[in-house]
Amino acid sequence: MSQSDVHNSGQQHPLGVYFKVWALLFVLSIFSYMVDYYHLEGYLRWSLIILFMLLKAGFILTIFMHIAWERMALVYALVIPILAIFGFIALMTFEGDYTFFTREMYFSP
Amino acid sequence: MTSSTTTENMTGLQSAAADWASDQRTFKNVPWGKAMMWIFLLSDTFIFACFLIGYMALRLGATEPWPASSEIFALSMGGEPVPLLLIAIMTFILITSSGTMVMAVNFGYRKDRKKTAWLLIVTALLGASFVGMQAFEWTKLIVEEGVRPWSNPFGAAQFGSIFFMITGFHGVHVSVGVLFLLIVARKVWRGEYDNETRGFFTSRKGNYEIVETMGLYWHFVDLVWVFIFAFFYLW
Repeated sequence: MSQSDVHNSGQQHPLGVYFKVWALLFVLSIFSYMVDYYHLEGYLRWSLIILFMLLKAGFILTIFMHIAWERMALVYALVIPILAIFGFIALMTFEGDYTFFTREMYFSP
Repeated sequence: MTSSTTTENMTGLQSAAADWASDQRTFKNVPWGKAMMWIFLLSDTFIFACFLIGYMALRLGATEPWPASSEIFALSMGGEPVPLLLIAIMTFILITSSGTMVMAVNFGYRKDRKKTAWLLIVTALLGASFVGMQAFEWTKLIVEEGVRPWSNPFGAAQFGSIFFMITGFHGVHVSVGVLFLLIVARKVWRGEYDNETRGFFTSRKGNYEIVETMGLYWHFVDLVWVFIFAFFYLW
């Protein structure tokens, strides 16, 4: 992605790319709805949900929010802090499992 | 701005390091309002992440079965329940509004005043209809199904509290967005970004970059919904 052509004129891009992404978001939403509609279960269900979710999020961020055309200084400033969330998810997975374990251990009839 | 010309041709990590080490403003070619919006959105990301992670921890720790969202949020069409119909419609409305928003930004930079204003108004209307549907969904859940923050007839009691908190917080974001969309639309309509009228609060000269900043917020609201839709409704 060339950064010099955006200079001070703001983020201006041909409408075509927006329409394509717009249509793509619709299709991806239909797909993720279909996952539920056809009652897919287990790992297939979860992996498809996450796949469609990440694709949608990625297209919104890169094209609609113009991340694809921003300078790397801004991109890194946004992406690197978000990595901390994965650590938090890992910690809370242990915490949730532990809560479940203690409840089963001490509170089950 | 001598260093910005030398860093112009750098790519990737190199250019990021050069920008951060330039002893000048870090986010070059980014208006201050947009940079601040991004920083706000980053902090908002953490708030929503905390909510969704809290939801995960609650659901992992629940000993009773988690309510089947697919059935709870079903709408009956012709006597047959269609799972998640309302949520699907809300999702499509939000995506549509994201599309009209991105076009408003585009026409804003072309200084097409009327089209920009109309697209902003359409975006606001779609957002308002989203909030309306959410109000309908909440009413149905509270009045007909008897879901409360502390109990519900479907299973794990934690469901109600986390549902109302996450969707409520997102709904507030949409509502605030609708309000600001209408304010920006009014300013565009009056030509305040063409004439560089000073803002009533910031006293800074208005320009069409504000439409893009507004757009960032609106797309973020759509972005959060993508995660809520996946983790709360589909999981």
